[in-house]
Amino acid sequence: MDFELSADQKMIVETAASFVKKELPLERMRRMREDATGWSRDVWKQMGELGWLGIMHPDTVGGFGGSFVDAALILERLGVNLVGEPFAASAVVGAMAVRTGSAEQAERWLAPMIAGETSLALAWAERGGRFDAHRVATRAEKVGGGYRLRGEKVWVLNGHAADQLVVSARTGGAEGDREGVSLFVVDGDAPGVTCATVKTMDGQRAARITLDCVVDADRRLGDEGQATAELERVLDHGAAAAIAEGYGAMRASLDMTVEYLKTREQFGVKIGVFQALQHRAVDMFVETELAKSAMLMSAIKVASPDPVDRMRAVSVAKAQLAMSARYVSQQSIQLHGGVGVTDEHDIGLYFKRLHVLGTLYGDEEFHLARFASLPTFERA
Amino acid sequence: MEMSFSPEQLAFRDEVRSWLASNIPPHIKAKAEMDAYFEHHEVMEWHKVLHAKGWVAPHWPKQFGGPGLDATCRFILTEELELAGTPFLSPFGLVMVGPLIMQFGTEAQKARYLPKIVSGDEVWCQGYSEPNSGSDLASLALRAEDDGQGNFILNGQKTWTTYAQHAAWIFLLARTDASAKKQAGISFILCPMDAPGVSVRPTLTTGGTPAFCDTFFENVVVPKENLVGPQNGGWTLAKALLGHERTLIAAVGASTRAIGRVKRIARATRVGDGALLDDPVFRAKIARLEVKLEALRMTNYRALAGAQGGHAPGPESSILKIRGSEINQQCFELAMEVMGHDSLEWFNEPGTVPAIEQWVPSSFNYTRATTIYGGSNEIQRNIIAKLILGLPSL
Ligand SMILES: Cc1cc2nc3c(=O)[nH]c(=O)nc-3n(C[C@H](O)[C@H](O)[C@H](O)COP(=O)(O)OP(=O)(O)OC[C@H]3O[C@@H](n4cnc5c(N)ncnc54)[C@H](O)[C@@H]3O)c2cc1C
Repeated sequence: MDFELSADQKMIVETAASFVKKELPLERMRRMREDATGWSRDVWKQMGELGWLGIMHPDTVGGFGGSFVDAALILERLGVNLVGEPFAASAVVGAMAVRTGSAEQAERWLAPMIAGETSLALAWAERGGRFDAHRVATRAEKVGGGYRLRGEKVWVLNGHAADQLVVSARTGGAEGDREGVSLFVVDGDAPGVTCATVKTMDGQRAARITLDCVVDADRRLGDEGQATAELERVLDHGAAAAIAEGYGAMRASLDMTVEYLKTREQFGVKIGVFQALQHRAVDMFVETELAKSAMLMSAIKVASPDPVDRMRAVSVAKAQLAMSARYVSQQSIQLHGGVGVTDEHDIGLYFKRLHVLGTLYGDEEFHLARFASLPTFERA
Repeated sequence: MEMSFSPEQLAFRDEVRSWLASNIPPHIKAKAEMDAYFEHHEVMEWHKVLHAKGWVAPHWPKQFGGPGLDATCRFILTEELELAGTPFLSPFGLVMVGPLIMQFGTEAQKARYLPKIVSGDEVWCQGYSEPNSGSDLASLALRAEDDGQGNFILNGQKTWTTYAQHAAWIFLLARTDASAKKQAGISFILCPMDAPGVSVRPTLTTGGTPAFCDTFFENVVVPKENLVGPQNGGWTLAKALLGHERTLIAAVGASTRAIGRVKRIARATRVGDGALLDDPVFRAKIARLEVKLEALRMTNYRALAGAQGGHAPGPESSILKIRGSEINQQCFELAMEVMGHDSLEWFNEPGTVPAIEQWVPSSFNYTRATTIYGGSNEIQRNIIAKLILGLPSL
């Protein structure tokens, strides 16, 4: 067991911390709530130049050959200041989706993203599909040399701004079948792709996307009808990313609250003197430490070649993250009193973001159920 | 032991239900069905409808314009209104300052203020909290100085003044004797919001709704006849008023409605071939919450029976406040969970999520306030520890 960061990883953390602190303060996040896109292409370009967007991708596809742990360290820092640039949606999830295809496809769509010139999105969720990757009603019918895609995708993170969307669609089978799902790369501005930007609770943007378009066969990633297992692996990377970002946001929420207990005075004393509040802060701290363990566990195991090993770790970690996030974010507001329920105070921004991160890529219930459905659960 | 309503009480409940069935204006009913946020003018429109029926102030005696109901019927009326999801009337006049003026005010004050509270012609707000005085209310600093010519001169700031932007009057606690000990130098004063020197800065809540205000007082002149109760005796009034506020917060009717909504959303939410409501895990979660609510409802009835028997609501009302506020929050947490991805919704075009879900995320954020206002749940626990359990303090 060794949980020490390598020298390179320490560098990553330092660079990320100082970049976020200087360039992406929380006041900027507040301003970006009013921005139509919710993030800036200039900052994205800088993230590309810093090498972040390719950090976890192999050099064979233009990346820097690092691991998911490296990406998680960056995500944690982004979480601290609630940064809206689509690192998780594009550089983790979108990129992992593109990587299910060939080296040529990666060169075509991944390389420009890694350079910070484009961004990606994964369009997988559908109305009524909840968090299951294989609940796909969107159809892909063979026509001529390609496919005609028809259907609707909801809450597509970065879908409103992405240059390319990776879309899951059914080339065979019925709506709930594991078999028959394929992935396609569709340009965001392709004819027949209609995108409605929607606001999300955390001040970011997503898209509802209606597809009625034709794509060439060379835009299919991987084998036809075999994408479910791969898609689950991609979504697990999304979950691990949400855990890392969530841990960062949770730590910031805890720190802000502890600081408040040390400064706010009532009854002639700092309110941190009250033991009822001390114990609450301690419970929040314990939850945050458990979330950190969850983050490390999922960051390491998400890369496991054994799907059961991967799913078990990610589900444990995501469920724990969601539970910890709920407690810490609720109590953070509670301990701030009335000011915690004002939009002007930052603590409410963390409450919102932590709800979103707890939900994305499978909420607590989804991951508990998946954890209990794995063969490992039968060991008694 | 008697656990059921009398035939008269049941008949009254039926009367309320059938009146509600045909008297809620359609646009208010439409909003009520999705538990949308009501604008001030809609709240006041509903106030006038209830006023015309004579039900606007269920707990007021007949002589001041109330329906003259017994405690149980008052409860029935309040609960039915909550269940119908109609606008929650501004409590500051009806529940707070009105009853206080009845109890402590002069005849002239009763005649001047009470009729306009009932009619809705004058809306009130509550000026208790200040930036540095929340839980420790007695430390408040807003000054009211006697100018020797029959006036108080007010200087200072109130905060979290809910709906001050719509109010004609504010009742406030002010320091009239700076040399006395904390509680001893406070007075209860009524101030018109259009007096020169009063200014209001509205701000948003985390639910994205405009409820809060900072209210500033700069050399505001108020005649001394606007003092309620004795000068420097305001703390007694303040405490009397907090008791009234607390009983409201059990919100049994509102939570009953909220659980109903969770079920309706879950019934409409598809998972595979079935509905989420049929998922045993979700059923158990909803059931657990409903069981807690039923136990609270029963506890509320017990408190009610006590009040019927002539006991003043005591520290036991803190139980209602603690449990009621927690259950209300849990209803919205569960609704968010049922909504899955739709719980990301934030003030998008109608149709982005089903109408019944549309206001849930805002309420999920805003209901965090229920464990904070009206005396935070930590303060309620302190009250129970001290006044019921008799635990020693430091
Ligand atoms: C939605 C909303 C509407 C409101 N409307 C009004 C209004 O119209 N008019 C008005 O006057 N006020 C209003 N308030 C103010 C409300 O009464 C105060 O927020 C409340 O009294 C808490 O005070 P505070 O916000 O200053 O928190 P603080 O008193 O600073 O409390 C901060 C934290 O410390 C805890 N704490 C404090 N003292 C103790 C203790 N002794 N032991 C243990 N824990 C303690 C609190 O429980 C809380 O968790 C409103 C508040 C909200 C949230």
